[in-house]
Amino acid sequence: MSESILSLQHLHKRFGALQATNDVSLDLQQGEIHALIGPNGAGKSTLIGQIAGNIRPDEGRVYLADTEITGMSIAQRARLGLGRSFQVSSLAEPLSVMRNVMMGVQALQSHSFRFWKPVARDQQLLEPAYAALERMQLSHRAWTPVCELSHGERRQVEMACALALKPRALLLDEPMAGLGPEGSAKLTELLEALKREVPILLIEHDMEAVFRLADRISVLVSGSVIAHGDSQAIKQDPRVREAYLGDLDA
Amino acid sequence: MSVTLLIEQLLNGVQLGTMLFLMASGLTLVFGVMGLINLAHGSFYMVGAYATATVTASTGSFLLGLGAGIAAAALVGALVELLVIRRLYHRPHLDQVLATFALILIFSEGTRWLFGSSPLRLSPPSWLTGFVTLPGDTRYPIYRLMLIGVGITISIALYVLISKTRLGMRIRAGESDREMIGALGVNISKLYTVVFALGAGLAGLAGALVGALQSVQVGMGEPVLILAFVVIVIGGIGSIKGALLGALLVGIVDTLGRVYLPIFFQAFMPPSEATGVGSALAAMLIYILMAVILAFKPKGLFSAHV
Amino acid sequence: MSNHTASSNNASQNTAAKAALAAHANSHFNRKGLVQLALLGLLLLLPVAAYFLGHTYYVNLASRITIIAMAAVGLNLAIGYGGMVSFGHAAYFGLGGYVAGISAYHAFDLTPFMSWPFTVPGSDSMLVVWLVTVLLCALLALAIGAISLRTTGVYFIMITLAFAQMIYYFANSWPTYGGQDGLPIYIRNTLPLADSSNALSYFLICFTGLVLAMAITSRLMKSRFGAALTMARLNDVRLATAGVNPYPIRLVAFVMSAVITGLAGALYADLNGFVSPAMLSWHFSGELMVIVILGGVGRLYGPLAGAVLFVMMETLLGGFTEYWQLFLGLVLLGVVLFAKHGVMGWLAGRERNE
Repeated sequence: MSESILSLQHLHKRFGALQATNDVSLDLQQGEIHALIGPNGAGKSTLIGQIAGNIRPDEGRVYLADTEITGMSIAQRARLGLGRSFQVSSLAEPLSVMRNVMMGVQALQSHSFRFWKPVARDQQLLEPAYAALERMQLSHRAWTPVCELSHGERRQVEMACALALKPRALLLDEPMAGLGPEGSAKLTELLEALKREVPILLIEHDMEAVFRLADRISVLVSGSVIAHGDSQAIKQDPRVREAYLGDLDA
Repeated sequence: MSVTLLIEQLLNGVQLGTMLFLMASGLTLVFGVMGLINLAHGSFYMVGAYATATVTASTGSFLLGLGAGIAAAALVGALVELLVIRRLYHRPHLDQVLATFALILIFSEGTRWLFGSSPLRLSPPSWLTGFVTLPGDTRYPIYRLMLIGVGITISIALYVLISKTRLGMRIRAGESDREMIGALGVNISKLYTVVFALGAGLAGLAGALVGALQSVQVGMGEPVLILAFVVIVIGGIGSIKGALLGALLVGIVDTLGRVYLPIFFQAFMPPSEATGVGSALAAMLIYILMAVILAFKPKGLFSAHV
Repeated sequence: MSNHTASSNNASQNTAAKAALAAHANSHFNRKGLVQLALLGLLLLLPVAAYFLGHTYYVNLASRITIIAMAAVGLNLAIGYGGMVSFGHAAYFGLGGYVAGISAYHAFDLTPFMSWPFTVPGSDSMLVVWLVTVLLCALLALAIGAISLRTTGVYFIMITLAFAQMIYYFANSWPTYGGQDGLPIYIRNTLPLADSSNALSYFLICFTGLVLAMAITSRLMKSRFGAALTMARLNDVRLATAGVNPYPIRLVAFVMSAVITGLAGALYADLNGFVSPAMLSWHFSGELMVIVILGGVGRLYGPLAGAVLFVMMETLLGGFTEYWQLFLGLVLLGVVLFAKHGVMGWLAGRERNE
């Protein structure tokens, strides 16, 4: 087998007449950020769904390292080390940051059918969760309810949740969306540091961030990967310019 | 006896099904358009029956009574929508369940207060009593046959209303996209009141028609309400087509089960025991049917909402 | 909040986490604690006083409140903590009741419950009744939950309601145990070391049951399982993304909830010396929900407060007018539309989510 941590092989997904995913193959190598870009309606969400586990492909396979995960549930994939963040942040709002992050630690350690020991005094949960928060520079907010956090801080919590799983690969869906220039810069910095530990599949609209961060870029248009290469190659690719011209101008 | 019995019971099943459809179509429309679960739908059934019984008794005209029943139920429905229900559209389902459960208590006890606990008398008019002879020498009550006819007529009317008229277009728009119909300039709150009153009127009609067959009393709407729930769960919540199919399925399965299961068990059991086991199982039959359908299609046969 | 500096040193990180936790934990023992203590204390002391003043009626009334509260504690676990709006908990309450009734019936008649393929005699022991109740309620809830939890929202509400109706109609049309008329329990089932026929002893048995149910719920919700269940209620996508499949978590909570309500049903049948399909009716499911809401959803003492209020209203208003449910309806409508946090929210302040 190759060095791929995450690999998609010939994925196909059709909704009625719409070919949402058309023979997509991608891989993610150790130590890299692989960005997936594409105009709206290119089928990015459908592809993410197939990687994360909420959509089953019609054909093709998904591997996490050497394990085929095509038919696995979202939770199984997470336990195997696929961390993800959502386009619209998806956290338990009334709970503290800590409680959100601890859940991943809990899932990793054993099954959740433990009915007696209180989690609030469980150092086995608290410490790794705290470490994940420190990694995202958010430990000072550990006991703040998520609903009191800023948008950027929520992004950091989501990343900390993903890190709590000790992931082998991260799937980040538009993490820069809605962040100001400052937040965006901070997150870029964090991701750059993070990629040495965990390879990242980055779905992103913010081209500036993509060109700065990504080691490789794949361009998805109408369900197919039309171009693939490093930033320089992608910037110069005529097909990409054509597909993107409207999008970039707007 | 067997063929005659079968035809008769099949017709009874269809008749029950059409009445269930009148209940279920309103429930499923209200859910589809407004996203509201309404337990008090059975109360409109009761209101329709009481109004019909009262007006029929004082005027002597069943048709006048029937008109009054539909009008009263629709009116009460519109009032309830204006006063209570519209505060619930954006609330969690739990709040909707409790508020409409409260409405049931208010309606049931209020009716008992006004009319007393004993059932009211309501019987079919003389021109609808008697039997017709169907092919195969089956004698069947005219009134029940008329109920089937009314049910079919209403089904067709609803179909035309929803697929061919402006109101129907708005209802369909409301089901698929609530934002959009606001953008189209439709007065949503008025539309909601109309849909709710329409559903209530249909429930009132069913209550009046069935009331003349059984009895008009407090709490009469509740068993029917629960059957209607089974119907729309089977058919798929929000789908009129599903409600129709589900209603017929439930009506026929329930009716045939009650007749044939005890007979079936008599084949290998002493008669008294067979009646017990058979009727107990028959009472559970439609729920088992529901469980089986849900095991394969968790969203019902025709799901309008993904 | 702790204002430590970030450090990778394990020991200081540990203390920081602990300090943050301590500052966080002792935040409220105040009004809420007092209200809870008063509620439980009065529920215990008033019946004891009534008993020694010779008012057995009030002791039994307290037993009734206690049992209904326990049933609501069970439902609260599903609705309040698990976010599963079950409209069918009467099924478990009634099943518990019928276990007590049928077991006593066969013990009294000296007939076996079944004689094939092996003989199962009746029993007048509450321990046996409770054990059987736990097993049967768990099985029933497992079957109903497994199907219902494949759906959500309105479907879940309607399906749990429909299955409970199925049990109701079954009990209604099954002639062996009284059908519609129900089944009397001539002699209350017995318990070792306690005189269950004595009103006060029986109240204390029920009170113990309630306190245990509340203690278990409280402990449960603080555990890893409770954390997962809370997450399943608040955001099940987050739970799955964190690596925990929400379905089995919900199912187990649903079964536990049913078992607690079922045990309350067994106690209720023994209290009344009677079990009938009314215990299985959807009205009772609705009333249990009303009690949970009146008290305050997802609050440990909510079901108790709700049960006190409900039974008091029933007793006081019911003595005053036979249409008391009309007023119950109006009160309930008012609570749902205007007072979302229930009696405990009003008495003890809003619940914090930690």
